Amino acid sequence: MYPSEYLYTKEHEWIRVEGDSGVLGITQFAQHELGDVVFVELPEVGQKFESHDEIGTIESVKAVAELYTPVSGEILEINEALIDDPAVLNDDPHTDGWLLRIQVANKEDLQELMSAEQYTQYVDEASD
Amino acid sequence: MTESGQQDGHRYLPTGTEDRREMLEMIGIESVDDLFRALPEQILLPSDPEIGGPLSDQQLRRYFGELDRKNKVGGRDLACFLGGGAYRHETPALIDSFLTRSEFLTVYTPYQPEVSQGTLQSIFEFQTFISLLTGLPVANASMYEGASAFAEGVLMASRIQRKRRKVVVARSIHPQYRATLMTYAQNLDLEVVEVGWQEDGTVDLAQLEQEVGEDTICIGLQSPNYFGVVEDWAPVSGLAKSCGALTLGVVTEALSLALLKSPGAGGCDIAVGEAHSFGLPVSFGGPLLGFMAATDRHKRSLPGRLAGETVDRNGDRAFVLTLATREQHIRREKATSNICTNQALCALAATVYLSLHGKKGLRRLAEINLKRAASLRRRLAAIEGFDSRFDAPCFNEFALRSKGSVSVLLKSLEEDGVLAGVPLGPDYPELEDSFLVTTTECNPPEELDRLVDLLQRRSVKDDTLPITL
Amino acid sequence: MAEEQQDRRTPKVSWRNPSLLFELSKPGRIGVELPPVGVEDASLEDLLPEEVRRGEVEGMPEVSEVDVLRHFSRLSRRNFAPDLGLYPLGSCTMKYNPRVNEELARLPGLAHSHPLQPESTVQGNLELCWALEQILIRLTGLERVSLQPAAGAQGEFAGILMAKAALNHRGEKRKYILIPDSAHGTNPASARFAGFDVKELLSNDRGTLDLADLEREMTEDVAALMLTVPNTLGVFENQILDIARIVHSKGGFLYCDGANFNAFVGKASPGAMGVDVLHMNLHKTFTTPHGGGGPGSGPVGVCSELVPFLPAPMVEKTAHGYRLDMDRPLSIGRVRTFNGQFGMLIRALAYILAMGGKGIRQVSENAVLNANYLRKALEGKYHLPYVSDSMHEVVFSDKNQAKHGVTTLDIAKRLMDYGFHPPTIYFPTIVSGALMIEPTETVAREDMDAFIEAMLAIAEEAETDPEMVRGAPYSTPVLRCDEARAARQPRLRWTPEAV
Repeated sequence: MYPSEYLYTKEHEWIRVEGDSGVLGITQFAQHELGDVVFVELPEVGQKFESHDEIGTIESVKAVAELYTPVSGEILEINEALIDDPAVLNDDPHTDGWLLRIQVANKEDLQELMSAEQYTQYVDEASD
Repeated sequence: MTESGQQDGHRYLPTGTEDRREMLEMIGIESVDDLFRALPEQILLPSDPEIGGPLSDQQLRRYFGELDRKNKVGGRDLACFLGGGAYRHETPALIDSFLTRSEFLTVYTPYQPEVSQGTLQSIFEFQTFISLLTGLPVANASMYEGASAFAEGVLMASRIQRKRRKVVVARSIHPQYRATLMTYAQNLDLEVVEVGWQEDGTVDLAQLEQEVGEDTICIGLQSPNYFGVVEDWAPVSGLAKSCGALTLGVVTEALSLALLKSPGAGGCDIAVGEAHSFGLPVSFGGPLLGFMAATDRHKRSLPGRLAGETVDRNGDRAFVLTLATREQHIRREKATSNICTNQALCALAATVYLSLHGKKGLRRLAEINLKRAASLRRRLAAIEGFDSRFDAPCFNEFALRSKGSVSVLLKSLEEDGVLAGVPLGPDYPELEDSFLVTTTECNPPEELDRLVDLLQRRSVKDDTLPITL
Repeated sequence: MAEEQQDRRTPKVSWRNPSLLFELSKPGRIGVELPPVGVEDASLEDLLPEEVRRGEVEGMPEVSEVDVLRHFSRLSRRNFAPDLGLYPLGSCTMKYNPRVNEELARLPGLAHSHPLQPESTVQGNLELCWALEQILIRLTGLERVSLQPAAGAQGEFAGILMAKAALNHRGEKRKYILIPDSAHGTNPASARFAGFDVKELLSNDRGTLDLADLEREMTEDVAALMLTVPNTLGVFENQILDIARIVHSKGGFLYCDGANFNAFVGKASPGAMGVDVLHMNLHKTFTTPHGGGGPGSGPVGVCSELVPFLPAPMVEKTAHGYRLDMDRPLSIGRVRTFNGQFGMLIRALAYILAMGGKGIRQVSENAVLNANYLRKALEGKYHLPYVSDSMHEVVFSDKNQAKHGVTTLDIAKRLMDYGFHPPTIYFPTIVSGALMIEPTETVAREDMDAFIEAMLAIAEEAETDPEMVRGAPYSTPVLRCDEARAARQPRLRWTPEAV
C-alpha cells in the first residue's frame, strides 16, 4: 500500500526524494483519518523553512491537520490543482494528491524518516 | 415579595414524588443525596438558598410590573432623542410572533442540519441581507453586538496581516467600541493609534496619512461616525491600500446602509457593526445584534458561524453550518475567535424585519429618518445660543452645540419630559459644549416641534451669560 | 429501494422545500406601512452628496406581510424543538423556557428603555440588575458578579483577563493556563485571546484530574487552572478542595467554567470549593432561551481579590437609589457596549424567583436524578467509557455498535426518525464516538422512557440491520447533507444569478 521508494514521517506524511529536492504528500492513512478534505493551505513558492516547521494546514469537514516539513529548504513548487479540487487528496494521496516540492538542503534530515516497511508497522501500532 | 404557599411539586418540574421514588429504586439507591456523594461535605449548602420565591406568574407580573413603572421611557413617559449606538425604531408585530415560536425560540445551534433547516435557512437569509447591505460577499451568522464585533474585526485583520502590528482607528468611532477594542487587545502585541477629526466632523485625513505606513494592519473608520457625520470610505480605503493595510468599516446604525454607499463599494475589506435597528427593541442596551462581513478572500479568517448551501442525499437543497474548522470547538486555541453562542434569535428578528421592509420600505424608512433629523438639525441650529457642531452631512443624528452648560440644559429638559440627547463631554472633553440628538420614525413631528419649542425657551441670546456648571 | 419510493411519493413541487425569501420577490410588494415623512420634504441630493449616497439595494426582496408570514412559518416547521420532544444536547442544558419570562422581558418600560438614559429614569433596570447580582452572589458564594458578558465565552474571556490584571497588579508575569483535555473549546480559545499559552492536562481513568499531574504542572508560571465542574463527562471533581489548594499554593487562580452549574446550583457553593472566578451561562442554568444559538448571557463572578478588576460599569446601591459606577480605575475595561444582555437578565431573574430557594435545589437534584435514570437504563446496551458517578449528564460511546459498522453519527441520525433530537456527539473528544446525553430536570419521565425505548431499539437495529441505520434519517425535512460539498465550494449567500 505504501510505495517503497518514499520516506515517511510520524505525522503521516511522505516524501519522494528526486535529486536535490523532494515531493511531499500525506499518506493514505492520513487522508482516511481526516475524512473529506475540503481545503488545503500551502506555503508560497520561495518561502524557506527549517525541518519540523509548520508549513500549512489541511482541513476536512470537522478536523484540521497541520502540515510539517520533514526537511529544511526552500519551497520550489506547489500543487495548484489541490487548491481548486482538494478532493484529489482523498482520491489519490500518494500520486496526484502531492502537496509541494521542497528543496532538500540537508540530506541528513532524511535519516530521521521511516521506510515504507517501518511506516506500515507504525500505522498498525497506531490503529490498535 | 410574598412567598407562595408551600407545595410539594413545582410547575416547571414534571418529576413528582412518586416518580422520584420509583426512579431511585430503579437506579438502586436510597435517596437523591446518594447521587451527590462525590461532593465534599464542606462545599454543600446547609439549607435552601435564601433567594425569595417561589412566585406564581401573577406574582412575577406584579414584581416586574413595579420595576417597569420605576423606569421612564421614550414613547410612554418621555420624548426620547437618544441614540449613540442604540436606536429606537418601530417593530412590526410579525417579528415577535416568530421570536416566541417554540421552533425558533427554544432550539440551539443547528449542528444537526436534518432537523434544523428552519434555523439554518434563516441564517443563510440573514447572511444574504447583511452581504447585500454591506456590499461585501461574505457575512457571518452574527456577533454579540457592535463593540465586540469591532474588536473581533481588528483581531481578524491582525491575523491576515501577521507581520504588522499597528492599528489606526478614528477617534470618532463609538467610545465604547474603542474601549472594547482596548480590552480585547490589551494582552496582544498590538499598537492602537487614534486619529482625530477635521473641522467638519469627518476623519482627519492629513493626520491619518501621517500615521499609516508599512506596519499598519488596518484603518478603522465609522460612518455615520459617533457624531452622526457621514464619512466617505473611499479616500480612507485608498490610503490603506496604498500601504497594504486593510480598511475596517464600522456601522452603528445599520439602517443608514439603505441610503449610504456601502462599506464594500467604498473599498472596505471588512465591515462590522450593530444591526439591532432591524427589529429589536433597545432593551437597555442588550441583546443587540452584531454583524460582520468581509471580502471573499478573507472568508476563512472570519470569526463565528457560517451557514452554507448544499444538497442532501436526494439532491434537494439543504443548508448546513460550514467552514467550521475556524471555530473554537474544533480549532481550540488556534480558533479565529472564542465565540460560540451568538445572537441567532436577534438575527432572525432582523431577517424578518428586512423581509417585511424590503427594497422600497427600508429605503423609505431611512429617508424618513434622514429628513426628520435634517429638519430638526436645521431648526435647532437656527435658535440663538445653539448651532450645529459639525457641518458635514448626517444621517439620523447630529451634534448640537449649546452656549449654555449642556448638563444643566439636559437636566432641565428631562424635568420637562424630554431626553434631548447624549452629552459628548464625558467621552470627548473638547466637545463638552455639545450633545448628540437622534431622530427616528419613533419621534413624530409633534415631538420635534416640542423640542424646538423647549430649546427656544432656553435660547441664550447673550454671549455674556454665565455658563452654569 | 427506499429512495425510489421516496421519489414516487413526494411531489416535485411542495412547500416542504420552501424557496429562499429572495426567490419570492415580486416588484411592487411591501410588508410594512410607514409613516409620512412629516417634515418639509428636502431632496435626497441636497441632504447627501453623491459620493456617500447609494441607489436602491439590488437584490433586496419585495414581499408582502402575508408572504413573510408564510415563509417563516414554513421554515419553523423544518426545525425540531425542545418543546416538541426530548432534545438532550449534552452540555447545552435544553430545559423548559418559561413563557411568562417572554412576557416580562417585553414590558415596555424595560424593553424600550434606552441604555444612555439618565440613571434617574432607569431605576427599575438598575434595581433589577442589583437584585439579580445579589442572588447570583448568594448562589455562587463569590464576592461580586458582573452581568456584562454577552455569552459564556465572553464571560470566560473577561474572567481570564481579570486573573491576568490581578497578576500584573501583584507584579507577576505568568505565562500559562492549565486546561484539562476534556474542556470545552472555548476555554483554550479564551485563554489564548487573553495572551496566555495553554498547557493541556490529561484526564485519569476516573475522567477527572490527576492530582500528581496537576502538582507537577502547577508552577509559579501558571496563572490559572480552568476547570469545568462537573466536567464534560458529567463527573464531579471529588478532589476539588485539593485541586484548589494546589492551585492556590502556587499563587494561581482557580477558574470554574460554569457551563454545568445546573448540576449543583442551590446544592453546593463554588465559593466554598475555592473557586476564584466563575462564569455562568444564563441560557443554560437559568433557562433564558437558546434562540437557535443565542443570545446567551455570561455573567462572571469573582472572589474579593479580583473585584477591583471587574468590567465597568457595575451597578451600585446608594442611599439615593441605584447608580452605574464607571469609575473603576483597575477594571479590565468593557467587553461590550452598555449593560450586558439586559433582556436575558430579566428572564433569568424571573426564572430564579419562580423557582425559589427550595425549587432551585430541586432543579439540580432532578437534573442529576434524570441523567442517572437514563444511564441506568442504557448502560447495558451502550458502552460507558467512564464509570464514575454521573451528575447531570452521561457520556456513552459507540463502541458496542461500531462492531456492526454503526457509528455515533448513525445513532444520532436514527434518533431523529424516532422523534428525538440527538444528544451532543463526538464531544468530549477524549471519548471516541462520544454520545453526551443531558436530559435536564424539566423533562417528564414518560419522555425519558420513550427516549430509552428508542435508544434500545436503535441498539437492536445496529445489530440486525446496520445498513438501514447507516442510511438514517428517513423522515426528516431533508436527509443527510453533503457537508464536504458545502465546505469545498462555499455558497454563503443567495445571489440572483444562481436562480
